[in-house]
Amino acid sequence: MSKLFTTTALLAALTLPAQAVQPAAGETLADSQTYTYWLLDAIKTLDPAKNTDVEGSDVLRQVFEGLMNEGPTGAMVPGVAESHTESDDGLTYTFTLRDARWSNGDPVTAQDFVYAWQRVVNPETASEYAWFLELMNVQNATQIIAGDLPPDQLGVRAVDDRTLEVRLTARTPYFLKTLSHATTFPVPQKVVEQHSDAWTQPGNLVGNGAFTLQSHNLGVDITVVKNPEYWDAANVVMQTVRGVTVNDNNIALTRYLAGELDRVQIPAGQYPRLSGDYPDQAVSIPYACSYAYVFNVSDKGPEALKDVRVRQALSLGLNRDIIVDQVLQGGQKPAYSWTHWAIEGFQAPDTEIAAMTQEQRTEKARALLTEAGYGPDKPLALTLQYNTDENHKKLAIAAQQFWKPLGVNITLNNVEWKVHTDRMQNQDFDMARYAWCADYNEASTFLDWFRTEGYNSGKWSNAEYDKLMAESKTAADTAPLYKRAEEILAQEVPAVFVYHYAKVDMLNPAVKGVPTENVTNAWYAKDFYRVAD
Amino acid sequence: MFAYILRRLAIAVPTLLLLIVLSFLLMHLAPGGPFTQERALPPQVLANLNAKYGLDDPLWRQIWNYVWGIVVHFDFGPSFVYPDRTVNQLIADGFPVTLTYGSLAFLAAVAVGITLGTLAAIRQNTWLDYLAVGISIGAQVLPNFVMAPLLVLVLTLWLGWLPGGGWSFSDPSFWIMPVIALSTSYMASIARITRSSMLEVLGSNHIRTARAKGMPEHRVILRHALRPAMLPVVSYLGPVFVSMITGSVVIDIYFSTGGIGKAFVDSALNRDYAVMMGVTILVGALTILFNLVVDILYAWIDPKIRY
Repeated sequence: MSKLFTTTALLAALTLPAQAVQPAAGETLADSQTYTYWLLDAIKTLDPAKNTDVEGSDVLRQVFEGLMNEGPTGAMVPGVAESHTESDDGLTYTFTLRDARWSNGDPVTAQDFVYAWQRVVNPETASEYAWFLELMNVQNATQIIAGDLPPDQLGVRAVDDRTLEVRLTARTPYFLKTLSHATTFPVPQKVVEQHSDAWTQPGNLVGNGAFTLQSHNLGVDITVVKNPEYWDAANVVMQTVRGVTVNDNNIALTRYLAGELDRVQIPAGQYPRLSGDYPDQAVSIPYACSYAYVFNVSDKGPEALKDVRVRQALSLGLNRDIIVDQVLQGGQKPAYSWTHWAIEGFQAPDTEIAAMTQEQRTEKARALLTEAGYGPDKPLALTLQYNTDENHKKLAIAAQQFWKPLGVNITLNNVEWKVHTDRMQNQDFDMARYAWCADYNEASTFLDWFRTEGYNSGKWSNAEYDKLMAESKTAADTAPLYKRAEEILAQEVPAVFVYHYAKVDMLNPAVKGVPTENVTNAWYAKDFYRVAD
Repeated sequence: MFAYILRRLAIAVPTLLLLIVLSFLLMHLAPGGPFTQERALPPQVLANLNAKYGLDDPLWRQIWNYVWGIVVHFDFGPSFVYPDRTVNQLIADGFPVTLTYGSLAFLAAVAVGITLGTLAAIRQNTWLDYLAVGISIGAQVLPNFVMAPLLVLVLTLWLGWLPGGGWSFSDPSFWIMPVIALSTSYMASIARITRSSMLEVLGSNHIRTARAKGMPEHRVILRHALRPAMLPVVSYLGPVFVSMITGSVVIDIYFSTGGIGKAFVDSALNRDYAVMMGVTILVGALTILFNLVVDILYAWIDPKIRY
């Protein structure tokens, strides 16, 4: 027995003729429907199974379409799947696909999804994001990745050309939210097999998104143009979308001001000036990433950090307001929870630390350190490791200064990115900078990190926390569980949560339809249009 | 002479092999690997990746397979970081870009540098000398990472004359800023070396003799002074040419040319072993080649040198 499961958003989107891409009254469309945006670096791959980058996902979302898309506020809206049903036990999802076509005119079938998902977990593909299907709890994903089962045993099946069935190992509250992730996009089997690794090159690549790949000059630019075969092509106004690589953020800003780009990130610290000079162009959008200093509480870590009072003191002593208001200056928020404040449905607990003034926090930090046996007479010496980057450096220096009056002497340890990562994963650090970005718009994407089995490079472990996170997988209402989990984090302090990200950009006001309320910052150029100046 | 060239080329082979083995070992000494990332990979996924790229073989076998691939198939392997492309493709895409702006910058630096240096020497201690020395010191102290953003600011934002970056083989307007930014400091060095070398030659006996015979000054300079004065310049130009055509990471970053210079630095940071090896071999081979070219030029410039 299965029940019809249709969200309000899904219904609303189905009944509306089109998304709000038509110009409002008084707006005239520009003759040239082109959107040019900034890329910091080269797009590494256009293969949905191999992509690992945010920038790569941005292009893939234009060139391919998954079962679901994200709407302008981050709510899920139908993509290739017109509707779906969920079984009572939450273990089987059945999707009905719409009449969609690949850019070469072939129909998009359920088999294309089956092939794509099997390809992701196939050890031969060696996908760095194969774990995403494990995260989705698709049946047998883990065993196939390990090589213990053949890829055709994956819990995904084409019932017929237009019906896709997915079987999960456990009820997964966030399952639908994973379906807009590039790793789950369909790929055209014929084309992949014909061209092998070169299938993603211009001329070879066949997609099912609103745009098709026109050219890709590695490290220079990538251009996609409107795909006439797209099922909703009639409602796509934008004709050309171009990502331009500019490896230096300041030069990118200059080129934005010269009119070469429509969107660019604002270099750190320049938001106040630019929002004063260009109030209609400088935007700050909440962005679902959190920044932290992780404590190494493993056997290899320093003895002092195993004392919860020391960890609490370091967290209390860090003046996040100064970091956010004086250093970053771009609408970021001080973090007292690991989950980003703007994540859908997340309710941050009322913690003591969040409610205090900084004077109170500093005072309590001193008291805790004294209690733990440290202080100006017996200073605590620790290292703080961060990877080479101007902003990380600024923050680390600030942290060093905040902790110094408490009698904590911090040695800053600046290492190259790969060394940083390698040392973190081998617990070869005292404190290390870390940041995590949401894979989907739900709190577990953050909270899973601190599970004993999570990525958790500081090796903090808490039985109650693990239990809560396990319960949350099948709970009808997860909010109280997540709230309690955050309370434990606030009490136990496995890391100092520093700030919650904001995406701080210059955006050409002539380009309309750019989402400013989706915390994952997923965007679809099919919803964009350009008005005449 | 011919035998000399052959001998030099024969030595190049073991030199390159040594370069390959040493770079390979050094590269593997660095912590982390191509698949080390913020989100640690599950062990099975990492094992699958290592198996796919042969990284689970013993090091000696990896080196052997790598060299074998190059010698037999001229295949420099797959990129770990750009899985859609092979190293051969990456170099084929990036090297022509760097070669284009690098050669142009080289020609510009040589032409302007030698002219400035020569003028300064033959008009020593006049306003022309001071001007030339002033320009070359100015160009020397203005590093290209300062100059590049300034060029974009002035030529793109203020004047709107040139595109602020990117690359096109069919549109030379993309070439101008990289060429200016890359050539200036080399130009300054060439001018200074030319000037001091020229001054030394102008004070030598054979020039005095030529002048005493009543030879017109321009013939003295062009026929008798310039050629010997070029010796130190040429020995400087060999390695400079190689470093210019194999790219400047600064130029690639600031002008987003897609050139090989940034690819090289990125490959080291990303532990993209195959790309790093490919570019190392390219740079190594070019260095050996142009050192040879310089030595041949020596013999041509200075009749006293014979091999």
